[in-house]
Amino acid sequence: MALFDLRLQDVHSKLNNKELTVSDLVDASYRRIADTDQAVKAFLTLNEENARRQADDLDKQLQEGGERGLLFGLPAGVKDNIVTEGLLTTCASQFLSNYNPIYDATTVSKLKSAQSITIGKLNMDEFAMGGSNENSSYYPTRNPWNTEYVPGGSSGGSAASVAAGQVYFSLGSDTGGSIRQPAAYCGIVGLKPTYGLVSRFGLVAFASSLDQIGPLTKNVEDSAYVLQAIAGYDEKDSTSANVNIPDYTSALTGDVKGLRIGVPKEYLGEGIDPKVKEAVMQSLKTFESMGATWEEVSLPHTEYAIATYYLLASSEASSNLARFDGVRYGVRADNPDNLIDLYRKSRSQGFGPEVKRRIMLGTYALSSGYYDAYYLKAQKVRTLIKQDFDNVFNQYDIIIGPTAPTTAFKIGEQVGDPLTMYLNDICTIPVSLAGIPAISVPCGTADGMPIGLQIIGKAFDESTVLRAAHAFEQQTEFHKLRPQLG
Amino acid sequence: MSITIKDVEHVANLARLELTNEEKEQFTGQLNAILKYAEKLDSLNTDNVEPTSHVLPITNVMREDVTRESLPIEKVLLNAPDEEDGQIKVPAVLE
Repeated sequence: MALFDLRLQDVHSKLNNKELTVSDLVDASYRRIADTDQAVKAFLTLNEENARRQADDLDKQLQEGGERGLLFGLPAGVKDNIVTEGLLTTCASQFLSNYNPIYDATTVSKLKSAQSITIGKLNMDEFAMGGSNENSSYYPTRNPWNTEYVPGGSSGGSAASVAAGQVYFSLGSDTGGSIRQPAAYCGIVGLKPTYGLVSRFGLVAFASSLDQIGPLTKNVEDSAYVLQAIAGYDEKDSTSANVNIPDYTSALTGDVKGLRIGVPKEYLGEGIDPKVKEAVMQSLKTFESMGATWEEVSLPHTEYAIATYYLLASSEASSNLARFDGVRYGVRADNPDNLIDLYRKSRSQGFGPEVKRRIMLGTYALSSGYYDAYYLKAQKVRTLIKQDFDNVFNQYDIIIGPTAPTTAFKIGEQVGDPLTMYLNDICTIPVSLAGIPAISVPCGTADGMPIGLQIIGKAFDESTVLRAAHAFEQQTEFHKLRPQLG
Repeated sequence: MSITIKDVEHVANLARLELTNEEKEQFTGQLNAILKYAEKLDSLNTDNVEPTSHVLPITNVMREDVTRESLPIEKVLLNAPDEEDGQIKVPAVLE
Protein backbone atom coordinates (compact mmCIF):
# COMPACT_ATOMS: atom_id res chain seq x y z
CA MET A 1 0.00 0.00 0.00
CA ALA A 2 1.33 3.45 -0.93
CA LEU A 3 2.32 5.59 2.04
CA PHE A 4 -0.36 8.20 1.39
CA ASP A 5 -3.08 5.53 1.18
CA LEU A 6 -2.63 4.79 4.88
CA ARG A 7 -5.25 6.09 7.26
CA LEU A 8 -4.24 9.10 9.31
CA GLN A 9 -4.12 7.12 12.57
CA ASP A 10 -1.96 4.47 10.87
CA VAL A 11 0.49 7.12 9.69
CA HIS A 12 0.62 8.48 13.21
CA SER A 13 1.14 5.08 14.84
CA LYS A 14 3.94 4.31 12.40
CA LEU A 15 5.54 7.61 13.39
CA ASN A 16 5.13 6.66 17.07
CA ASN A 17 6.62 3.21 16.52
CA LYS A 18 9.54 4.71 14.62
CA GLU A 19 8.67 2.68 11.52
CA LEU A 20 8.42 5.99 9.70
CA THR A 21 9.77 9.53 10.03
CA VAL A 22 8.27 12.81 8.93
CA SER A 23 11.26 13.15 6.57
CA ASP A 24 10.19 9.88 4.94
CA LEU A 25 6.74 11.37 4.31
CA VAL A 26 8.16 14.56 2.84
CA ASP A 27 10.64 12.52 0.76
CA ALA A 28 7.82 10.40 -0.58
CA SER A 29 5.90 13.51 -1.55
CA TYR A 30 8.73 15.15 -3.51
CA ARG A 31 9.75 11.83 -5.09
CA ARG A 32 6.22 11.28 -6.32
CA ILE A 33 6.07 14.85 -7.64
CA ALA A 34 9.37 14.30 -9.48
CA ASP A 35 7.97 11.09 -11.00
CA THR A 36 4.52 12.33 -11.98
CA ASP A 37 4.25 16.10 -12.19
CA GLN A 38 5.78 16.37 -15.65
CA ALA A 39 2.60 14.62 -16.76
CA VAL A 40 0.08 16.03 -14.26
CA LYS A 41 1.26 19.64 -13.81
CA ALA A 42 -0.51 20.01 -10.47
CA PHE A 43 2.09 22.29 -8.87
CA LEU A 44 3.02 25.88 -9.63
CA THR A 45 5.57 26.38 -6.83
CA LEU A 46 7.39 23.94 -4.56
CA ASN A 47 8.39 24.70 -0.97
CA GLU A 48 11.03 21.99 -0.76
CA GLU A 49 13.77 23.61 1.30
CA ASN A 50 11.39 24.84 4.00
CA ALA A 51 9.41 21.60 3.98
CA ARG A 52 12.52 19.50 4.56
CA ARG A 53 13.70 21.80 7.35
CA GLN A 54 10.26 21.58 8.94
CA ALA A 55 10.34 17.78 8.63
CA ASP A 56 13.66 17.70 10.51
CA ASP A 57 12.14 19.85 13.25
CA LEU A 58 9.11 17.59 13.54
CA ASP A 59 11.31 14.49 13.65
CA LYS A 60 13.19 16.07 16.57
CA GLN A 61 9.89 16.78 18.26
CA LEU A 62 8.93 13.15 17.66
CA GLN A 63 12.05 11.99 19.53
CA GLU A 64 11.43 14.37 22.41
CA GLY A 65 7.77 13.43 22.75
CA GLY A 66 5.03 15.79 23.89
CA GLU A 67 1.80 17.02 22.40
CA ARG A 68 1.39 16.99 18.62
CA GLY A 69 -0.86 18.71 16.15
CA LEU A 70 -3.88 17.00 14.62
CA LEU A 71 -2.25 16.75 11.17
CA PHE A 72 1.28 16.16 12.46
CA GLY A 73 3.79 15.53 9.68
CA LEU A 74 1.27 15.20 6.85
CA PRO A 75 2.38 16.59 3.47
CA ALA A 76 -0.18 19.11 2.21
CA GLY A 77 -0.73 21.08 -0.99
CA VAL A 78 -2.31 24.53 -0.91
CA LYS A 79 -4.27 26.08 -3.76
CA ASP A 80 -2.44 29.08 -5.15
CA ASN A 81 -5.15 31.59 -4.23
CA ILE A 82 -4.55 31.02 -0.50
CA VAL A 83 -1.75 33.29 0.66
CA THR A 84 1.38 31.79 2.22
CA GLU A 85 3.94 34.09 3.85
CA GLY A 86 7.21 34.10 1.91
CA LEU A 87 5.93 31.56 -0.62
CA LEU A 88 4.90 32.79 -4.08
CA THR A 89 1.11 33.08 -4.46
CA THR A 90 0.07 33.74 -8.06
CA CYS A 91 -3.61 32.70 -8.34
CA ALA A 92 -2.29 31.16 -11.61
CA SER A 93 -2.31 34.70 -13.01
CA GLN A 94 0.48 36.57 -14.79
CA PHE A 95 -0.62 39.61 -12.82
CA LEU A 96 0.65 38.05 -9.58
CA SER A 97 3.60 36.15 -11.07
CA ASN A 98 5.93 37.93 -8.60
CA TYR A 99 3.63 38.19 -5.56
CA ASN A 100 5.34 37.27 -2.30
CA PRO A 101 2.73 37.45 0.50
CA ILE A 102 3.66 39.14 3.77
CA TYR A 103 1.24 37.10 5.88
CA ASP A 104 -0.41 33.68 6.07
CA ALA A 105 -4.08 33.03 5.39
CA THR A 106 -5.88 31.94 8.58
CA THR A 107 -6.30 28.43 7.13
CA VAL A 108 -2.53 28.28 6.51
CA SER A 109 -1.79 29.40 10.10
CA LYS A 110 -4.20 26.73 11.27
CA LEU A 111 -2.45 24.07 9.19
CA LYS A 112 0.82 25.22 10.76
CA SER A 113 -0.68 24.85 14.26
CA ALA A 114 -1.92 21.39 13.28
CA GLN A 115 1.68 20.69 12.15
CA SER A 116 1.09 19.57 8.59
CA ILE A 117 3.80 20.45 6.08
CA THR A 118 3.18 22.66 3.07
CA ILE A 119 4.76 20.93 0.08
CA GLY A 120 3.90 23.60 -2.47
CA LYS A 121 1.26 25.69 -4.21
CA LEU A 122 -1.27 24.16 -6.54
CA ASN A 123 -2.36 25.08 -10.03
CA MET A 124 -5.88 26.39 -10.66
CA ASP A 125 -7.98 28.36 -13.10
CA GLU A 126 -6.80 31.97 -13.00
CA PHE A 127 -8.35 33.69 -9.95
CA ALA A 128 -10.51 30.53 -9.54
CA MET A 129 -12.55 31.36 -12.63
CA GLY A 130 -13.18 28.19 -14.56
CA GLY A 131 -14.02 24.53 -14.24
CA SER A 132 -11.20 22.78 -16.08
CA ASN A 133 -7.84 24.35 -15.09
CA GLU A 134 -7.46 25.35 -18.74
CA ASN A 135 -7.66 28.97 -17.57
CA SER A 136 -4.38 28.73 -15.67
CA SER A 137 -2.10 31.32 -17.27
CA TYR A 138 0.89 28.98 -16.75
CA TYR A 139 -0.15 25.52 -17.96
CA PRO A 140 -3.22 23.33 -17.67
CA THR A 141 -3.24 20.61 -14.99
CA ARG A 142 -4.06 17.17 -16.37
CA ASN A 143 -6.29 14.46 -14.96
CA PRO A 144 -4.19 11.65 -13.39
CA TRP A 145 -6.73 9.09 -14.63
CA ASN A 146 -6.07 10.11 -18.24
CA THR A 147 -3.77 13.01 -19.00
CA GLU A 148 -5.75 13.87 -22.15
CA TYR A 149 -8.60 14.91 -19.85
CA VAL A 150 -9.15 17.95 -17.61
CA PRO A 151 -8.95 17.48 -13.82
CA GLY A 152 -11.89 19.86 -13.36
CA GLY A 153 -11.56 23.20 -11.68
CA SER A 154 -10.99 25.61 -10.40
CA SER A 155 -9.19 23.57 -7.69
CA GLY A 156 -7.87 21.22 -10.40
CA GLY A 157 -4.32 21.11 -9.05
CA SER A 158 -5.62 20.43 -5.54
CA ALA A 159 -7.65 17.44 -6.77
CA ALA A 160 -5.05 16.06 -9.19
CA SER A 161 -2.22 16.20 -6.61
CA VAL A 162 -4.21 14.14 -4.11
CA ALA A 163 -5.40 11.68 -6.78
CA ALA A 164 -1.84 11.27 -8.07
CA GLY A 165 -0.55 10.53 -4.55
CA GLN A 166 1.73 13.57 -4.50
CA VAL A 167 0.42 14.90 -1.20
CA TYR A 168 -1.59 13.45 1.68
CA PHE A 169 -4.27 16.13 1.40
CA SER A 170 -4.80 19.57 -0.09
CA LEU A 171 -6.81 22.73 0.42
CA GLY A 172 -8.98 24.11 -2.34
CA SER A 173 -11.59 26.83 -2.62
CA ASP A 174 -15.14 26.50 -3.85
CA THR A 175 -17.26 29.37 -5.22
CA GLY A 176 -19.67 27.49 -7.50
CA GLY A 177 -18.33 23.93 -7.28
CA SER A 178 -14.57 24.41 -7.47
CA ILE A 179 -13.75 21.81 -4.79
CA ARG A 180 -16.52 19.29 -5.46
CA GLN A 181 -16.37 19.10 -9.27
CA PRO A 182 -12.58 18.46 -9.53
CA ALA A 183 -12.84 15.98 -6.65
CA ALA A 184 -15.51 14.14 -8.68
CA TYR A 185 -13.47 14.25 -11.92
CA CYS A 186 -10.35 12.96 -10.11
CA GLY A 187 -12.03 10.25 -8.00
CA ILE A 188 -11.36 11.73 -4.56
CA VAL A 189 -13.28 13.33 -1.67
CA GLY A 190 -13.91 17.10 -1.72
CA LEU A 191 -15.84 19.05 0.92
CA LYS A 192 -17.28 22.53 0.61
CA PRO A 193 -18.15 23.67 4.13
CA THR A 194 -21.06 25.95 5.07
CA TYR A 195 -20.39 29.57 4.12
CA GLY A 196 -18.75 31.18 7.16
CA LEU A 197 -17.46 28.00 8.83
CA VAL A 198 -13.90 28.35 7.53
CA SER A 199 -12.14 31.72 7.52
CA ARG A 200 -11.70 33.45 4.16
CA PHE A 201 -8.95 35.71 5.53
CA GLY A 202 -6.04 35.37 3.11
CA LEU A 203 -8.11 33.72 0.39
CA VAL A 204 -7.76 35.99 -2.64
CA ALA A 205 -11.39 37.02 -3.11
CA PHE A 206 -13.31 36.02 -6.23
CA ALA A 207 -16.97 36.22 -5.15
CA SER A 208 -17.00 37.12 -1.46
CA SER A 209 -20.54 35.97 -0.72
CA LEU A 210 -19.82 32.48 -2.09
CA ASP A 211 -16.11 31.64 -1.61
CA GLN A 212 -15.26 28.91 0.93
CA ILE A 213 -12.03 26.99 1.59
CA GLY A 214 -12.27 23.24 2.13
CA PRO A 215 -10.30 19.97 2.15
CA LEU A 216 -9.59 17.53 -0.70
CA THR A 217 -8.64 14.09 0.59
CA LYS A 218 -8.62 10.42 -0.37
CA ASN A 219 -11.28 9.44 2.14
CA VAL A 220 -14.04 10.91 4.31
CA GLU A 221 -12.25 10.40 7.61
CA ASP A 222 -9.31 12.55 6.46
CA SER A 223 -11.81 15.15 5.28
CA ALA A 224 -13.23 15.30 8.80
CA TYR A 225 -9.76 15.68 10.34
CA VAL A 226 -8.71 18.48 7.99
CA LEU A 227 -12.05 20.28 8.47
CA GLN A 228 -11.53 20.01 12.24
CA ALA A 229 -8.16 21.72 11.84
CA ILE A 230 -9.32 24.62 9.65
CA ALA A 231 -12.89 25.39 10.87
CA GLY A 232 -13.66 28.09 13.39
CA TYR A 233 -14.47 31.73 14.03
CA ASP A 234 -11.96 34.32 12.85
CA GLU A 235 -12.27 37.98 13.76
CA LYS A 236 -10.23 38.86 10.66
CA ASP A 237 -13.10 37.66 8.42
CA SER A 238 -16.24 39.81 8.81
CA THR A 239 -18.39 36.98 7.44
CA SER A 240 -16.97 34.35 9.77
CA ALA A 241 -19.70 32.53 11.71
CA ASN A 242 -19.34 32.38 15.47
CA VAL A 243 -20.62 28.84 15.97
CA ASN A 244 -19.52 25.89 18.08
CA ILE A 245 -17.28 23.48 16.21
CA PRO A 246 -18.31 19.87 16.91
CA ASP A 247 -15.94 16.88 16.89
CA TYR A 248 -16.37 15.84 13.26
CA THR A 249 -14.64 12.47 13.47
CA SER A 250 -16.95 11.34 16.27
CA ALA A 251 -19.83 11.73 13.79
CA LEU A 252 -18.38 8.93 11.65
CA THR A 253 -20.43 6.15 13.21
CA GLY A 254 -21.19 4.18 10.06
CA ASP A 255 -24.86 4.33 11.04
CA VAL A 256 -27.40 5.94 8.70
CA LYS A 257 -30.44 3.94 9.78
CA GLY A 258 -33.54 6.12 9.46
CA LEU A 259 -31.71 8.87 7.58
CA ARG A 260 -34.16 10.64 5.25
CA ILE A 261 -32.70 11.42 1.85
CA GLY A 262 -34.21 13.79 -0.71
CA VAL A 263 -33.24 13.24 -4.35
CA PRO A 264 -33.95 16.30 -6.53
CA LYS A 265 -35.48 15.31 -9.85
CA GLU A 266 -33.84 18.40 -11.40
CA TYR A 267 -30.37 16.87 -10.75
CA LEU A 268 -31.16 13.70 -12.68
CA GLY A 269 -33.00 15.14 -15.66
CA GLU A 270 -31.95 16.40 -19.04
CA GLY A 271 -28.24 16.81 -19.65
CA ILE A 272 -27.17 14.20 -17.09
CA ASP A 273 -25.07 11.39 -18.57
CA PRO A 274 -27.03 8.10 -18.21
CA LYS A 275 -23.94 6.42 -16.69
CA VAL A 276 -23.71 9.13 -14.04
CA LYS A 277 -27.42 8.72 -13.30
CA GLU A 278 -27.01 4.95 -13.05
CA ALA A 279 -24.15 5.34 -10.54
CA VAL A 280 -26.27 7.70 -8.42
CA MET A 281 -29.22 5.27 -8.45
CA GLN A 282 -26.92 2.42 -7.40
CA SER A 283 -25.59 4.60 -4.58
CA LEU A 284 -29.13 5.19 -3.36
CA LYS A 285 -29.60 1.42 -3.21
CA THR A 286 -26.49 1.25 -1.03
CA PHE A 287 -28.04 3.80 1.32
CA GLU A 288 -31.31 1.82 1.34
CA SER A 289 -29.42 -1.34 2.25
CA MET A 290 -28.08 0.49 5.31
CA GLY A 291 -31.58 1.43 6.47
CA ALA A 292 -31.82 4.95 5.05
CA THR A 293 -34.84 5.97 2.97
CA TRP A 294 -35.02 8.18 -0.09
CA GLU A 295 -37.71 9.96 -2.03
CA GLU A 296 -37.76 12.15 -5.09
CA VAL A 297 -38.04 15.86 -4.25
CA SER A 298 -38.07 19.07 -6.25
CA LEU A 299 -35.84 22.13 -6.17
CA PRO A 300 -37.98 24.04 -8.67
CA HIS A 301 -35.66 27.04 -9.18
CA THR A 302 -32.63 24.95 -10.19
CA GLU A 303 -32.91 26.03 -13.82
CA TYR A 304 -32.33 29.66 -12.79
CA ALA A 305 -29.25 28.95 -10.71
CA ILE A 306 -26.55 29.26 -13.37
CA ALA A 307 -27.78 32.62 -14.65
CA THR A 308 -28.11 33.85 -11.06
CA TYR A 309 -24.63 32.64 -10.20
CA TYR A 310 -22.86 34.16 -13.18
CA LEU A 311 -24.46 37.54 -12.57
CA LEU A 312 -23.69 37.57 -8.84
CA ALA A 313 -20.23 35.99 -8.97
CA SER A 314 -19.09 38.16 -11.88
CA SER A 315 -20.42 41.31 -10.24
CA GLU A 316 -18.58 40.53 -7.01
CA ALA A 317 -15.47 39.60 -9.00
CA SER A 318 -15.48 42.86 -10.96
CA SER A 319 -15.48 44.71 -7.65
CA ASN A 320 -12.94 42.44 -5.89
CA LEU A 321 -10.49 42.44 -8.79
CA ALA A 322 -10.44 46.24 -8.91
CA ARG A 323 -7.62 46.00 -6.34
CA PHE A 324 -5.30 44.62 -9.01
CA ASP A 325 -4.20 47.95 -10.42
CA GLY A 326 -0.42 47.63 -10.57
CA VAL A 327 0.19 50.13 -7.76
CA ARG A 328 0.96 48.22 -4.55
CA TYR A 329 1.78 44.71 -5.79
CA GLY A 330 1.69 42.55 -8.89
CA VAL A 331 3.22 43.23 -12.27
CA ARG A 332 3.15 46.89 -13.29
CA ALA A 333 3.06 47.68 -17.01
CA ASP A 334 6.00 49.61 -18.46
CA ASN A 335 5.84 53.19 -19.75
CA PRO A 336 2.30 54.27 -18.80
CA ASP A 337 1.22 57.71 -20.02
CA ASN A 338 -0.41 58.53 -16.68
CA LEU A 339 -1.96 56.86 -13.62
CA ILE A 340 -5.18 55.73 -15.35
CA ASP A 341 -3.09 54.34 -18.18
CA LEU A 342 -0.99 52.46 -15.62
CA TYR A 343 -4.15 50.76 -14.26
CA ARG A 344 -5.41 50.02 -17.74
CA LYS A 345 -2.19 48.61 -19.16
CA SER A 346 -1.28 46.60 -16.05
CA ARG A 347 -4.72 44.99 -15.90
CA SER A 348 -4.95 44.32 -19.63
CA GLN A 349 -1.52 42.69 -19.72
CA GLY A 350 -1.97 40.82 -16.43
CA PHE A 351 -5.43 39.21 -16.80
CA GLY A 352 -6.33 36.29 -19.05
CA PRO A 353 -9.45 36.09 -21.27
CA GLU A 354 -11.86 34.42 -18.80
CA VAL A 355 -10.98 36.91 -16.06
CA LYS A 356 -11.53 39.83 -18.45
CA ARG A 357 -14.82 38.32 -19.62
CA ARG A 358 -16.15 38.04 -16.07
CA ILE A 359 -14.95 41.52 -15.11
CA MET A 360 -16.75 42.83 -18.20
CA LEU A 361 -19.96 40.93 -17.39
CA GLY A 362 -19.88 42.02 -13.75
CA THR A 363 -19.09 45.64 -14.53
CA TYR A 364 -21.97 45.69 -17.02
CA ALA A 365 -24.39 44.11 -14.54
CA LEU A 366 -23.47 46.69 -11.88
CA SER A 367 -23.36 49.68 -14.20
CA SER A 368 -25.79 52.57 -14.08
CA GLY A 369 -29.20 51.60 -15.45
CA TYR A 370 -28.69 47.84 -15.27
CA TYR A 371 -28.20 47.21 -11.54
CA ASP A 372 -31.88 46.47 -10.81
CA ALA A 373 -32.37 44.39 -13.94
CA TYR A 374 -29.40 42.10 -13.36
CA TYR A 375 -27.73 42.29 -9.96
CA LEU A 376 -30.75 42.96 -7.77
CA LYS A 377 -32.89 40.52 -9.76
CA ALA A 378 -30.26 37.81 -9.29
CA GLN A 379 -30.09 38.47 -5.54
CA LYS A 380 -33.87 37.99 -5.35
CA VAL A 381 -33.75 34.75 -7.32
CA ARG A 382 -30.98 33.64 -4.96
CA THR A 383 -33.53 33.93 -2.15
CA LEU A 384 -35.93 31.63 -4.06
CA ILE A 385 -33.16 29.09 -4.64
CA LYS A 386 -32.26 29.11 -0.95
CA GLN A 387 -35.95 28.67 -0.03
CA ASP A 388 -36.10 25.57 -2.26
CA PHE A 389 -33.46 23.95 -0.06
CA ASP A 390 -35.11 25.15 3.18
CA ASN A 391 -38.36 23.52 2.08
CA VAL A 392 -36.73 20.16 1.33
CA PHE A 393 -34.75 20.23 4.57
CA ASN A 394 -38.00 20.58 6.51
CA GLN A 395 -38.63 16.93 5.68
CA TYR A 396 -35.24 15.43 4.82
CA ASP A 397 -31.85 15.15 6.55
CA ILE A 398 -29.67 15.26 3.44
CA ILE A 399 -30.00 15.72 -0.30
CA ILE A 400 -28.20 13.42 -2.73
CA GLY A 401 -27.46 13.79 -6.41
CA PRO A 402 -24.56 13.76 -8.83
CA THR A 403 -21.70 16.24 -8.33
CA ALA A 404 -21.39 16.90 -12.06
CA PRO A 405 -23.62 15.92 -15.00
CA THR A 406 -20.79 14.08 -16.75
CA THR A 407 -17.33 12.69 -16.06
CA ALA A 408 -14.24 14.73 -17.00
CA PHE A 409 -14.06 15.98 -20.60
CA LYS A 410 -11.07 16.20 -22.91
CA ILE A 411 -8.68 19.14 -22.74
CA GLY A 412 -9.68 21.69 -25.39
CA GLU A 413 -13.14 20.19 -25.90
CA GLN A 414 -15.14 23.08 -24.40
CA VAL A 415 -12.74 26.00 -24.80
CA GLY A 416 -14.26 28.89 -26.77
CA ASP A 417 -17.79 28.24 -25.54
CA PRO A 418 -18.05 29.79 -22.06
CA LEU A 419 -21.77 29.09 -21.72
CA THR A 420 -21.42 25.32 -22.22
CA MET A 421 -18.54 25.31 -19.77
CA TYR A 422 -20.74 27.11 -17.21
CA LEU A 423 -23.48 24.46 -17.54
CA ASN A 424 -21.14 21.80 -16.08
CA ASP A 425 -21.82 23.41 -12.69
CA ILE A 426 -25.60 22.88 -12.65
CA CYS A 427 -25.53 20.51 -9.62
CA THR A 428 -23.02 22.43 -7.51
CA ILE A 429 -23.97 26.07 -8.08
CA PRO A 430 -27.40 26.01 -6.37
CA VAL A 431 -25.73 24.62 -3.22
CA SER A 432 -23.19 27.46 -3.26
CA LEU A 433 -25.93 30.06 -3.66
CA ALA A 434 -27.70 28.57 -0.63
CA GLY A 435 -24.43 28.62 1.35
CA ILE A 436 -24.90 25.06 2.62
CA PRO A 437 -22.30 22.26 2.97
CA ALA A 438 -21.78 19.48 0.45
CA ILE A 439 -19.27 16.73 -0.15
CA SER A 440 -18.35 14.83 -3.29
CA VAL A 441 -17.36 11.17 -2.85
CA PRO A 442 -16.40 8.63 -5.52
CA CYS A 443 -19.38 6.45 -6.55
CA GLY A 444 -18.28 4.66 -9.71
CA THR A 445 -16.56 5.08 -13.05
CA ALA A 446 -17.68 5.48 -16.65
CA ASP A 447 -15.26 4.53 -19.43
CA GLY A 448 -12.42 4.60 -16.92
CA MET A 449 -13.15 8.05 -15.52
CA PRO A 450 -14.47 8.62 -11.95
CA ILE A 451 -18.01 9.70 -11.05
CA GLY A 452 -18.79 11.82 -7.97
CA LEU A 453 -21.79 11.54 -5.65
CA GLN A 454 -22.81 14.82 -4.03
CA ILE A 455 -24.21 14.74 -0.48
CA ILE A 456 -25.72 18.06 0.60
CA GLY A 457 -26.63 19.04 4.16
CA LYS A 458 -28.26 21.75 6.24
CA ALA A 459 -26.25 24.85 7.16
CA PHE A 460 -23.53 23.98 9.72
CA ASP A 461 -24.57 20.31 9.72
CA GLU A 462 -21.27 19.03 8.29
CA SER A 463 -21.51 16.19 10.82
CA THR A 464 -24.49 14.59 9.09
CA VAL A 465 -22.94 15.11 5.64
CA LEU A 466 -19.71 13.46 6.79
CA ARG A 467 -21.58 10.65 8.57
CA ALA A 468 -23.56 9.78 5.44
CA ALA A 469 -20.48 10.02 3.19
CA HIS A 470 -18.42 7.87 5.54
CA ALA A 471 -21.14 5.21 5.88
CA PHE A 472 -21.37 5.03 2.08
CA GLU A 473 -17.60 4.74 1.80
CA GLN A 474 -17.59 1.83 4.29
CA GLN A 475 -19.94 -0.08 1.99
CA THR A 476 -18.12 0.62 -1.27
CA GLU A 477 -14.66 0.27 -2.80
CA PHE A 478 -14.70 3.25 -5.20
CA HIS A 479 -12.49 5.42 -2.99
CA LYS A 480 -9.78 2.77 -3.15
CA LEU A 481 -9.42 2.97 -6.93
CA ARG A 482 -6.22 4.70 -8.03
CA PRO A 483 -5.14 6.05 -11.40
CA GLN A 484 -2.24 4.29 -13.14
CA LEU A 485 0.49 6.88 -13.43
CA GLY A 486 4.24 6.80 -13.97
CA MET B 1 -31.64 44.32 -25.09
CA SER B 2 -28.49 43.71 -27.05
CA ILE B 3 -24.95 44.94 -26.40
CA THR B 4 -23.01 46.77 -29.07
CA ILE B 5 -19.29 47.27 -29.49
CA LYS B 6 -19.87 50.79 -28.16
CA ASP B 7 -21.31 49.34 -24.92
CA VAL B 8 -18.34 47.03 -24.62
CA GLU B 9 -15.97 49.99 -25.01
CA HIS B 10 -17.88 51.92 -22.33
CA VAL B 11 -17.80 48.99 -19.88
CA ALA B 12 -14.12 48.33 -20.61
CA ASN B 13 -13.38 51.92 -19.71
CA LEU B 14 -15.30 51.57 -16.41
CA ALA B 15 -13.37 48.37 -15.66
CA ARG B 16 -10.04 49.98 -16.60
CA LEU B 17 -9.39 47.42 -19.30
CA GLU B 18 -7.81 48.13 -22.66
CA LEU B 19 -9.24 45.73 -25.23
CA THR B 20 -7.95 44.90 -28.69
CA ASN B 21 -10.42 45.11 -31.58
CA GLU B 22 -10.49 41.34 -31.65
CA GLU B 23 -11.32 41.17 -27.91
CA LYS B 24 -14.05 43.79 -28.34
CA GLU B 25 -15.76 41.73 -31.01
CA GLN B 26 -15.38 38.50 -29.11
CA PHE B 27 -16.74 39.96 -25.86
CA THR B 28 -19.66 41.61 -27.66
CA GLY B 29 -20.77 38.22 -28.96
CA GLN B 30 -20.10 36.31 -25.76
CA LEU B 31 -21.66 38.88 -23.42
CA ASN B 32 -24.76 38.98 -25.60
CA ALA B 33 -25.03 35.20 -25.40
CA ILE B 34 -24.58 35.16 -21.62
CA LEU B 35 -27.02 38.05 -21.04
CA LYS B 36 -29.58 36.45 -23.33
CA TYR B 37 -29.28 33.31 -21.22
CA ALA B 38 -29.71 35.46 -18.09
CA GLU B 39 -32.99 36.85 -19.46
CA LYS B 40 -34.68 33.66 -18.23
CA LEU B 41 -34.68 35.27 -14.76
CA ASP B 42 -37.23 37.79 -16.08
CA SER B 43 -39.83 35.02 -16.29
CA LEU B 44 -39.86 34.83 -12.48
CA ASN B 45 -42.03 37.20 -10.47
CA THR B 46 -39.86 38.51 -7.64
CA ASP B 47 -41.98 41.51 -6.60
CA ASN B 48 -42.34 40.34 -3.01
CA VAL B 49 -39.00 38.61 -2.64
CA GLU B 50 -36.22 40.06 -0.48
CA PRO B 51 -32.75 39.98 -2.04
CA THR B 52 -30.06 37.74 -0.50
CA SER B 53 -26.67 39.44 -0.48
CA HIS B 54 -25.16 36.62 1.53
CA VAL B 55 -26.63 33.75 3.50
CA LEU B 56 -25.53 34.45 7.06
CA PRO B 57 -27.78 36.48 9.35
CA ILE B 58 -24.98 38.89 10.31
CA THR B 59 -24.60 42.58 9.53
CA ASN B 60 -22.23 45.37 10.53
CA VAL B 61 -19.49 43.42 12.26
CA MET B 62 -17.54 45.94 14.33
CA ARG B 63 -14.38 45.62 16.36
CA GLU B 64 -13.26 47.75 19.27
CA ASP B 65 -11.52 50.88 18.03
CA VAL B 66 -8.19 50.28 19.74
CA THR B 67 -4.71 51.15 18.60
CA ARG B 68 -2.75 48.21 17.30
CA GLU B 69 0.67 47.78 15.86
CA SER B 70 0.67 48.05 12.09
CA LEU B 71 2.84 46.19 9.62
CA PRO B 72 6.46 47.34 9.34
CA ILE B 73 7.07 49.57 6.32
CA GLU B 74 9.60 47.17 4.72
CA LYS B 75 6.95 44.45 4.65
CA VAL B 76 4.29 46.76 3.25
CA LEU B 77 6.61 47.84 0.44
CA LEU B 78 7.95 44.35 -0.23
CA ASN B 79 5.74 43.86 -3.30
CA ALA B 80 5.55 47.47 -4.46
CA PRO B 81 6.66 47.78 -8.10
CA ASP B 82 8.22 51.19 -7.45
CA GLU B 83 8.99 53.10 -4.25
CA GLU B 84 10.75 56.16 -2.95
CA ASP B 85 11.38 57.32 0.63
CA GLY B 86 9.14 54.67 2.14
CA GLN B 87 6.24 55.47 -0.19
CA ILE B 88 4.76 53.74 -3.22
CA LYS B 89 5.59 55.66 -6.39
CA VAL B 90 3.17 56.13 -9.30
CA PRO B 91 3.21 58.36 -12.41
CA ALA B 92 2.09 61.95 -11.96
CA VAL B 93 -1.62 62.19 -11.12
CA LEU B 94 -1.93 65.88 -12.00
CA GLU B 95 -0.48 67.23 -15.20
